[in-house]
Amino acid sequence: MLKILKYSFYDLMRSRWNYVYFVFYFLLGMVLLFLNNDISKAVITLMNIIIVLVPLIGTIFGVMYYYNSKEFTELLLAQPLKRSSIFLGQYLGVALSLSMSLILGLGIPFLFYGLFKSNAIWNFSLLIITGSFLTFIFTALAFNIALSNENKIKGFGYAILVWLLLAIIYDGVFLMSLILFEDYPLDKFSLIGTMLNPIDLSRTLILLKLDISALLGYTGAVFKQFFGTNFGLMVSFIMLTFWVIFPVFRMVYKSKRKDF
Amino acid sequence: MVTIQNLHKKFGQNKVLSGLNLDIKEGGIFAVLGPNGSGKTTLIKAILGMVIPDKGTIHLFEKNIKNQSAYRNNIDYLPQIANFPSNLKVKELIKMIKDLRGRAANDNQLIKQFKLEPYLDKKLGNLSGGTKQKVNIVLTFMFNSPLIILDEPTSGLDPISLLRLKDLIQTEKANGKTILITSHIMSFVEEVSDEIVFLLEGQIYFKGTINELKTKTNQPNFEHAIASILTENHA
Amino acid sequence: MNNWVTFLIIISLIITSHAQNIEVCNACAVSTITAAIAQAKDYDTITIKKGTYKEHDIIIDKPLTIIGENYPVIDGESKGEIITIVSDNVSVDGLFIINVGTSYTEDYAAIRVRKSKYFVIQNVVLERLFFGIYLEKSSYGKVYHNKIIGDAVEEYNSGNGIQLWYSNHIDIEHNYVEHVRDGIYLEFSDDCIIKNNVSANNLRYGLHFMFSNNDMYQDNTFENNGAGVAVMFSKKIKMCNNTFKENWGTASYGLLLKEINDAEIKGNTFEQNTIGINIEGSNRIIYKNNHFISNGWAIKVRGACYTNSFTENNFLYNSFDISYNSHVNDNVFDKNYWSNYTGYDLDKNGIGDVPYRPVKLFSYIVNRTPETIILLRSLFIDIIDFSEKVSPVFTPDNLLDNHPLIKKMSW
Repeated sequence: MLKILKYSFYDLMRSRWNYVYFVFYFLLGMVLLFLNNDISKAVITLMNIIIVLVPLIGTIFGVMYYYNSKEFTELLLAQPLKRSSIFLGQYLGVALSLSMSLILGLGIPFLFYGLFKSNAIWNFSLLIITGSFLTFIFTALAFNIALSNENKIKGFGYAILVWLLLAIIYDGVFLMSLILFEDYPLDKFSLIGTMLNPIDLSRTLILLKLDISALLGYTGAVFKQFFGTNFGLMVSFIMLTFWVIFPVFRMVYKSKRKDF
Repeated sequence: MVTIQNLHKKFGQNKVLSGLNLDIKEGGIFAVLGPNGSGKTTLIKAILGMVIPDKGTIHLFEKNIKNQSAYRNNIDYLPQIANFPSNLKVKELIKMIKDLRGRAANDNQLIKQFKLEPYLDKKLGNLSGGTKQKVNIVLTFMFNSPLIILDEPTSGLDPISLLRLKDLIQTEKANGKTILITSHIMSFVEEVSDEIVFLLEGQIYFKGTINELKTKTNQPNFEHAIASILTENHA
Repeated sequence: MNNWVTFLIIISLIITSHAQNIEVCNACAVSTITAAIAQAKDYDTITIKKGTYKEHDIIIDKPLTIIGENYPVIDGESKGEIITIVSDNVSVDGLFIINVGTSYTEDYAAIRVRKSKYFVIQNVVLERLFFGIYLEKSSYGKVYHNKIIGDAVEEYNSGNGIQLWYSNHIDIEHNYVEHVRDGIYLEFSDDCIIKNNVSANNLRYGLHFMFSNNDMYQDNTFENNGAGVAVMFSKKIKMCNNTFKENWGTASYGLLLKEINDAEIKGNTFEQNTIGINIEGSNRIIYKNNHFISNGWAIKVRGACYTNSFTENNFLYNSFDISYNSHVNDNVFDKNYWSNYTGYDLDKNGIGDVPYRPVKLFSYIVNRTPETIILLRSLFIDIIDFSEKVSPVFTPDNLLDNHPLIKKMSW
């Protein structure tokens, strides 16, 4: 698996798209940090962007990579390699190279800015951690979609649909149901609803950092326990990890049963 | 060497293999023939573990290959369509496959034989179809494995390379290897193969030498023999 | 003020000319404070040496100066009130008073001043108390550099750190109050000045005004209280350069204004409060040069607020800048800096070319269904906020800052 990972990673590190992605984050970071000169505002904007964009790029890129490397995959399948290592290797290659672009793309501007001087380091680590989690989750989802759809166009369609669903539609439905059932105690429901969507989950992590004052204004005891203690942070991380593990398992399962 | 029992496979509603039995002894060149959609590639891919059978067993070197991967160390496979990761250079691809197999290989000799030296530093995406096929052949023959599977090996090759390929196949045969070939070029099949396996509707219709086939179908030449099988069965 | 300075001079003259000094210590001839007071004549000084004095109900009924050396401990053994001042011109300095009795019927205090004038209470440390310093119908006094550390757990059985009741012209400066019910409480007390105090970790309010007018508080810090400062039913209060920090909780505010008229709120910093300022029924208030940083709601307007003006403030990274619960707006927002502003300034005059709408649709939704707060910063919410911004339906149409600043204000 490590060999496949090495070659996939190596392959991707030379792909144009990876650089585009890197340059995009680099410029974004530079512009926000240096033109604005206001680190708190830059972090808030970056967080908003990352939450939406990282999943989109993760899914699209994952699907694209899978379809583009079909021949490579077939070449590998004829070699004495386990299927799980082939796909895990490729998956990790994509997820790692995307995360690298994100980390370097944002890391370099932050370093120039003086990362270690301010408390920006915490914000930065939170950005990187959520960004990487989202990359791993959505790349895994993308591989699942691609493995289940031979048809490229269908695959891309589903990838965008999944993103739309989790990034926007889910929250719309969530909001409507909260308003509809406002007469009932909703704090548990709303927390569970958040847990079930990795984008909302990462958003929660960011809320814990940026909007803790507002969150503590709500009366519910469950909310209070969740946001007022480290409990929320822990649960969020556990759920994010679960969100990585579950699609990866399905990917391995699916790949073992697929014909090429 | 290869023992296949009662192999079934369907893709969706489409039955490709239905109860195929095949036994291939060690040594010699076997051509797998059949009309389009008769299951040639599926059979080969099942042997390679790329297609998972619905039913039936495949034994290679006396071992069931189900959920195994290490047995592919003993197989060299030339895929039908030679598409490679386009970002890699030829040199890197060869190095990578060697690295993945973790075995010594005689790639230099083959590169010389197919005159690939000028292309070693080129990216695979920039190569012509024929050159890609040559790279493909180098990758296949550079390991010294007892079983060689060639899926349409002649496609895109210029006459000189074709000759070299034939030489190569004969050399490997002389080394006591078992070689499985699929091809549409009947003259090529007739020239190289010792025995043919004819697939029809997901089963083995005929297995034997070309001469046996000619006798069976009462046809003087190989191409006509094949044609007569097809017309008989479709009539 | 002038009165008060002349008085100090007179007192000091008196002390240096005829006053006697009585020493109290555990091994001295006079071993209790009560005895010392009984012996003392007007304007004497009583020096209390280091030691522990188990006394309560010490009544100071003549003008005396009581000075503790190296913080002698006065232990009230939770039996009731400890020191009661009922005479003018009393000064208490450098005592460590502990164990005030708790009662549900009487407000026992560590030091009570009753109907007296020209008193000074300074450098006193109070611990394990019920009420700390209680000023009752007293005036022209000074409460300076005291430290009050309570251990209050429940509101109903705890008292306030410094309480003023019908007491005017009092200076409260450089005190530190924590873990009591209200750090500083003023009721019917006018013309007081509250400066440079720190009031933290109190159950209810850091500072609390009721029916008190013309007071001023400045340069104080209010941190992590139930709510920072509550100003209720009072007029003409000046609030300047205070810091309101980390007042977190369901009903937690940096500053709570209720039925307040003609106040000035200038140069204050509101940082990381659930609600920076909560306003109810307050009119003609000037908000200027304040910083609102990382609050849940910078300002929550709960109705019946007219002709207030919010100018030249910084609104930085608040989850919500302004929340409104009505469709009408009679308040002015102008020339503020809003970190959430996304407009541009093409003519480079430092003022954004597009007006800023500080009230978001989502703040209405959260008011209605509080659980929806969990969707804060969701892309979907941004989309509906944007559509509301383009064509306001729920938010008051004229609630605009027409001159939003492009750069943060500094002064």
